Amino acid sequence: MNRDDLIDFVYDEAATIDQMRWDDWLALFHKDGRYWMPLEWQQEDPILQPSLMYEDRLLLTVRVERLAGERTFSQKPKSRCHHLMERPRILSMGEDGGVHRLRTSFIYTETRGDLLERYSGWVSHELVEVDGALQIKLKRIDLINFDAPFSNIQLFI
Amino acid sequence: MDRYRGNSQAIADLVKGHAVHRDVYVDREIFDLEMEQLFPNSWIYIGHESQLKNTGDFITSKIGNQPVLASRHRDGQVYVLHNRCPHKGVKIASEPCGNTGKFFRCPYHAWSFKTDGSLLAIPLKKGYEGTGFDADQAAKGMTRIENVKIYRGLIFVRLAKEGLSFEEFFGESLSTIDNMAERSPEGELEVISQPIRYMHTCNWKMLVENQTDTCHPMVAHESSAGTAVSVWEREKDNFTETPMAVQLYAPFMSPYEFYEGAGIRVWPNGHGHTGVSGSIHQDYEDVDGYQDLMIEAYGKERAHEILGDIRHNTIYFPNIMVKGPVGILRNFIPLGVDKTLVESWVFKLKGAPDKLYERGLMYNRFINAPTSIVGHDDLEMYERAQEGLHSNGNEWVNLRRLWEDDEPEETTEVVNGTSERQMRNQFYAWRKFMVQNMDQAVEAAE
Ligand code: FES
Ligand SMILES: [Fe+2]
Repeated sequence: MNRDDLIDFVYDEAATIDQMRWDDWLALFHKDGRYWMPLEWQQEDPILQPSLMYEDRLLLTVRVERLAGERTFSQKPKSRCHHLMERPRILSMGEDGGVHRLRTSFIYTETRGDLLERYSGWVSHELVEVDGALQIKLKRIDLINFDAPFSNIQLFI
Repeated sequence: MDRYRGNSQAIADLVKGHAVHRDVYVDREIFDLEMEQLFPNSWIYIGHESQLKNTGDFITSKIGNQPVLASRHRDGQVYVLHNRCPHKGVKIASEPCGNTGKFFRCPYHAWSFKTDGSLLAIPLKKGYEGTGFDADQAAKGMTRIENVKIYRGLIFVRLAKEGLSFEEFFGESLSTIDNMAERSPEGELEVISQPIRYMHTCNWKMLVENQTDTCHPMVAHESSAGTAVSVWEREKDNFTETPMAVQLYAPFMSPYEFYEGAGIRVWPNGHGHTGVSGSIHQDYEDVDGYQDLMIEAYGKERAHEILGDIRHNTIYFPNIMVKGPVGILRNFIPLGVDKTLVESWVFKLKGAPDKLYERGLMYNRFINAPTSIVGHDDLEMYERAQEGLHSNGNEWVNLRRLWEDDEPEETTEVVNGTSERQMRNQFYAWRKFMVQNMDQAVEAAE
């Protein structure tokens, strides 16, 4: 893996979400991968400190299948989303145990009917290589206003 | 033109028992009267004592639309004060919690107050000499709220000078809070983190009613809990044990018969709970070592009694819900007739294994977060109702499920678990506390 491979991965991952290619998106997660949205500043513990989300592939699969459900009334009309991202910063390249770390500044927009909500923050990726391909071990989203009361966030930052 | 102010009959007429008029959810004057009457006349939860461990610690909150703060004074007592400078009204504390040291200092002109609210100092004090200031209310400092009750660490406040005592107001309903606290081997709860906050564009009462609405989960949550069950059925061969997550989601799909049998208990003054003889919390896996700690603390029989009481949602009228078995308290804070802030707190059980706290936190983010798929289902329904109620095609909301002609209003009773009885129970109390003292207040003003 070179630097461009890592940076491209982060952009491409966001593209699978914006294009709602959910199966492709889920396939990017390692089998023990996690999607984490902390609820505290510089939070360290996803288990014994409160989070907005801390989900494995099983739970992410539930979310994705729910979005397509005939009786998913909060998705009538369906939400759309958009990631605007700064160039990812590479924090480490496999030095500790083969984990590549990147941190990317973003503005994320999600629609709900006629409404449009915007969120800002940083996404951190911990990526590992499995059979020559990158997989997400951890995707962590730190919002600048994690402690504010939001309305629905239904898709994925 | 005021339609409801000073007209207790018009307010009472909105509640027919088996139906309520839509104005209770959409009318701005009714909302204003809730802030002036209902909330001050009721005992309102503002926080937990464990958030005020040290001298100078404070928390801020609201009773209806009135800002208050609670602080730990150097005499060890908790004082609840109107969060407003006696000079020109500036809010003294602006953060949810903090430590103010020995005194509060107003950021506008530096009047300062002891942590029991009394006036400490005013800069350039001689400007008030001989002006009659000493007789002003301002000279007493921040206005203190007299009616404060700390029950098992939970801080409740009644703003109105006259009214029901704490014990009269809550009565036997306090048994749910007892049970939640007794689930700690030390009998104590603790707040060690911030709540999950979730903004709702709907009337606060829709959220409160939904807590005992047992005919909606299998319908509205088919999309979330139903999908969780179907994904699990497909995937479970790849697992060696049922994840905690599946244990939390799956019971939401329980059938009507389950809820019917589980029962609802109503108490006077609008309190009540679902899950009398069974609940969605009953089948969680045992946590290693917890039973032993409980038996050690309470003895075998009592420990089983405590852990066997698996009440689902308990409404403490008007605006909190307590979920004993997972240690969650939800506060439905009215911000406007169609705007409600929900703060969902998880208590840590002192002396209990971390796994229980982990489960409480997980439940909270699965069900009560803006990122919760169950929350998405519910909010969609509230918002559609808030819009739909503006239709003039029918001005009434129907609450007739399992209604009986001479339904008693102030009673303790266990009924069929799919009854809308607890929603009616809340409205009987709503009517009572909305009009309490209202006619006297108008006469006094005339
Ligand atoms: S408003 Fe507080 S000191 Fe003037
Ligand atoms: Fe619900």
